[in-house]
Amino acid sequence: MTTSINWFRFASPASFFALAGRLVPWFASAAALLALLGCYLGLFVAPTDAQQGEAYRIIFIHVPAAWMSMFIYLVMAFWCAISLTFNTRLAAMMAQSLAPTGAMFTFVALWTGALWGKPTWGTYWAWDARMTSELILLFLYFGYMALRNAIDDPRRADRASAVLALVGAVNIPIIYFSVKWWNTLHQGASVSLTSAPSMAKVMLAGMLVMAFAAWFYAIAIALLRVQAIILERERATGWVGELATGARAAK
Amino acid sequence: MSAGDFLAMGGYGFYVWGSYIVAIVAIAIEVAAVRSRLNAAGRMSNHEQSNR
Repeated sequence: MTTSINWFRFASPASFFALAGRLVPWFASAAALLALLGCYLGLFVAPTDAQQGEAYRIIFIHVPAAWMSMFIYLVMAFWCAISLTFNTRLAAMMAQSLAPTGAMFTFVALWTGALWGKPTWGTYWAWDARMTSELILLFLYFGYMALRNAIDDPRRADRASAVLALVGAVNIPIIYFSVKWWNTLHQGASVSLTSAPSMAKVMLAGMLVMAFAAWFYAIAIALLRVQAIILERERATGWVGELATGARAAK
Repeated sequence: MSAGDFLAMGGYGFYVWGSYIVAIVAIAIEVAAVRSRLNAAGRMSNHEQSNR
């Protein structure tokens, strides 16, 4: 038996609210399990690095956080493009929901980078091309959120912040290729699509498991936050009323 | 390897644990903030709806 699913149904905030609520526990559990496995691999199984000693174990936090900081921005810019093109509320809400998580990962990438830089390069911070462009990414997230908050009408805030997010997307390839374009402090990619990884298999495995954990966490927290955003923005509508009466009846 | 050796991280304990702990704290803060925001949004919409 085949059931056809009308996917467009989920483009409405009302039906997406329920879907998001069902998905969050699954993504959150997957994230927690993968994070535990990744920390076990990274802290107990992976051998000491020949050059950096134990300091390299920061990689299991730093690289997944840095990947997510860029990836979340791209997803956010994607939803902004959708919301500008099709004028859909839910796409704008998804973009709005992703920004704080992207900023959090950017902060963690910068913080762990500083703590890794001190023992390996002798400095917490340098105005290196990659570090500077990653710092600009943090300011782009802050700018996006500040612009949203500064505009009272949510639909105008959607459009203005979407334009900002799309213009800022030019920074992502700059971060990614900065280690190729400029020969400054930050080392090149340890993992790339074009060459074999320059690291031990178990280190790579731990890093990828942590990256998936970060990915599932980002999905879970974005779906949780988008539920709050939907309630905040649609609280005067009839379907939220039905939800509220339902919740009161269930108590 | 003893627990002390593990915590010392070959002399890099401050840097390694400083990274892991701050990452965990950042995630904990975000989860707590989103949860309270969702609760507040739920209360607000309940309130608004009961005033209709």
